[in-house]
Amino acid sequence: MYDSGKIIPGLIIFVLFITIPIWYNHGDAGNAPKPELPKDAKSCVLSAEDMRSGHMQLLNEWRDEVLRDGDRGTITIDGKQYQKSLMLTCMECHTSKKKFCDTCHDYASVKPYCWDCHIAPVE
Amino acid sequence: MDKKRRDFLKVAGISTLAGLGGTAVVDKIVAGASPAVANASTAAHAEKDTAHAKAPVAATGKRYGMVIDVRKFQNDPSLGEKAERACIEAHNIPEFPEKKDEIKWIWMTNYENCFPEKSQLYKDETTESHQVPVFCNHCDDPPCVRACPTKATFKNKDGVVIMDFHRCIGCRFCMAACPYGMRSFNWRNPRPFIKETNKQFPTRMRGVVEKCNFCAERIGVGEQPACVEACGESKAMVFGDLNDPHSEVRKILKENYTIQRKPSLGTHPSVFYIV
Repeated sequence: MYDSGKIIPGLIIFVLFITIPIWYNHGDAGNAPKPELPKDAKSCVLSAEDMRSGHMQLLNEWRDEVLRDGDRGTITIDGKQYQKSLMLTCMECHTSKKKFCDTCHDYASVKPYCWDCHIAPVE
Repeated sequence: MDKKRRDFLKVAGISTLAGLGGTAVVDKIVAGASPAVANASTAAHAEKDTAHAKAPVAATGKRYGMVIDVRKFQNDPSLGEKAERACIEAHNIPEFPEKKDEIKWIWMTNYENCFPEKSQLYKDETTESHQVPVFCNHCDDPPCVRACPTKATFKNKDGVVIMDFHRCIGCRFCMAACPYGMRSFNWRNPRPFIKETNKQFPTRMRGVVEKCNFCAERIGVGEQPACVEACGESKAMVFGDLNDPHSEVRKILKENYTIQRKPSLGTHPSVFYIV
């Protein structure tokens, strides 16, 4: 190979350069978000794992049941009745959107449009 | 290869003939198979048409409606304002300074705007000097629902025509379709123009259409619509199930001569007026 003395270092520099995002952030994924959990409520409408993975589907199901099917039945947890409502049920316990919703959503860089219309608790 | 014009024309001509002939044969085959289908569909159509001609369709399920006593609105001119305010507060309706941005669910309008099909010649003084409340008619055959491409607006199981704001893409076909002009479009972000926020009901965002929902969120939990509640004991507005022969609305309808808005359009409004 002609000029291998220049080409090989050049290639190495090129590869290092285009992989900057990988090695620059290596081992530094940022701290996992710690959403603040409500202090006075012990149980949610589903288990923590199910809520973590499926709260968006659940909210969609609630929306469709309440609005489309007119099924406003309540959910009972620990003898207390809850409506199928983001504003009136979820945010009743999770009183802070910033400390609960936003921590994970910002970390995962998702931008749900819930709050374009729904009213977040006053903070 | 030596291609001559004469050869090319021959091939082209034969291909064209084969093509035309082929489609003709296919048409023939299809036509031969279809008469039964065609007859069946026309028969079904005819049946549907006659079913449609029988005016009131068999009552199944609920059909919420309202009777408005215009005379009571004339006797107490504050009622209209009260009903409007109650609605604005219940549904976080923005109040824009400019008329072109206006969002309205229920409002008072002149008699001739409410009933353009009625005779306007030599109106009596009371009609001339008073206004009539108008809002979504919750038609039994709503043209807006037919126009909506995303099913954002639909008729629910209680016969109430409501909006799923999540689905609205702001195309405004429904606004064009509504013969009563009862829908408003959010040209601007409504949030900063909401005077008092009701935490029980969401707001809207820019680019969605909104209209009266018969307080679906209130009647769903057994309450009366906000405007009906605002009119209170005056009974200027009475809400109930039109399909229930023993309901209060049906009783009032039986005792009074009522009119609907633009009945000739065949939308079958669920709002009746005693004038």
